[in-house]
Amino acid sequence: MRIASITLLGAAIAVAGSVVLAASHVNVEGAIKARKAHMQLNAYNLGILGNMAKGDVDFDADAAQRAADNLAALAAMDTTAYWPPGSSNADVEDTRALPAMWDNIPDVLEKVAALQAATEAMAGAAGTLEGVQANMGGIGGACGACHQSYRQTD
Amino acid sequence: MRRFLLFLVVLIVIGAAVFWWITKPVTASAEVLEGIEPDLAQGELVFYAGGCASCHAAVDASGEDKLVLSGGQGFASPFGTFYAPNISSDPDAGIGDWSALDLYNAMHNGVSPEGSHYYPAFPYASYIRATPEDIVSLHAFLQTLPASDAANTPHDVGFPFNIRRSLGGWKWLFLNDDWVVNADLDPVQTRGRYLAEALGHCGECHTPRNALGGLETTKWLSGAPNPAGRGSFPNITPGALDWSEADLIEYFTSGFTPDFDSAGGHMALVVQNLAELPEEDRAAIAAYLKMVPVVEPEPADG
Repeated sequence: MRIASITLLGAAIAVAGSVVLAASHVNVEGAIKARKAHMQLNAYNLGILGNMAKGDVDFDADAAQRAADNLAALAAMDTTAYWPPGSSNADVEDTRALPAMWDNIPDVLEKVAALQAATEAMAGAAGTLEGVQANMGGIGGACGACHQSYRQTD
Repeated sequence: MRRFLLFLVVLIVIGAAVFWWITKPVTASAEVLEGIEPDLAQGELVFYAGGCASCHAAVDASGEDKLVLSGGQGFASPFGTFYAPNISSDPDAGIGDWSALDLYNAMHNGVSPEGSHYYPAFPYASYIRATPEDIVSLHAFLQTLPASDAANTPHDVGFPFNIRRSLGGWKWLFLNDDWVVNADLDPVQTRGRYLAEALGHCGECHTPRNALGGLETTKWLSGAPNPAGRGSFPNITPGALDWSEADLIEYFTSGFTPDFDSAGGHMALVVQNLAELPEEDRAAIAAYLKMVPVVEPEPADG
């Protein structure tokens, strides 16, 4: 009994210790790189769809579907770890993320959910050029909603 | 000496008279709108092209709430902070009791129904180019939007800019209804010019201002610092913006740049409005932007 509780206590301290250790070793620089890379992946896949929508590239249903599926998968990913506290543009250089983001997390999550819905709508409609064209605005609106509130303008 | 004093007094009287005459709020009379019938669908188009909600909706309003024009957003500038007023259909707190002529005088002359000058944070220096037909239709459309009883926030403007009368001098210097871009325009470019220079008021942010806050029209749309402090508005003449018309139309529709970055800041709101316009109007603005005079970007500092 006593041994068990000591073991338990030890385990608890070890866990607490590693949490503290992790918190003091938040890799802000890496997190900023990661979220920028995530945005790059969004932009690249959007580009495949958008250039078809604009008529700059011939429509290719397979390529459109793959890009749309990628976008939906990217939007569904949990990116919480990319946004550690202390990584706003008030804390560090090389980011445009406004501190307001961390003060409005429920709103941020709502906007993420809107992006997920918009990318799923695109994935469901990417089989035709008209479908792609009709859904670009929805994704753009979802991106813009977050950027308008939480990204520093140039 | 007496003659000199007399001369001085005469000079002061003339000066005061000129000041009085120049700074007097000028309004149009009812004839300008005579016989014009409102068209609600047109009024809705003018509402989106003019971007009314971007400034007059409540702070952070989204979705349907954007149609409640309760005001309250603050706009910082070197002259002070201006707060957008309630222009909802409430007859007391908003502008529900305004006539179409009241709206015309506000948008064309920058004068309130009580006869005082508005600050040019309200972009009447652009709206002055709006047609009477569009203003009458906009007036009718605004009446269909929800009422809000939100009280106006007073502007936070220091001396001497808090003397409204002096805005008459500003208008004398800077307010006119000439087109900025005067060239042989085809009908599409002409429509684009109307949307950009009158309703869309692009120049209000994208054109630099002089020390008195007047637009430097020789540097039309060549970019400007953000009066609120951080950041700047880009040069959107062909000297700096090499996007194709298709790129511009996509940007006005979805907010995506050719690199598939998305519009942010106030421009995200502008895109939301432009997306409500007919495609040919977005194409017209694109055509106009491709033909405005080239202003080469200023070399980077240092």
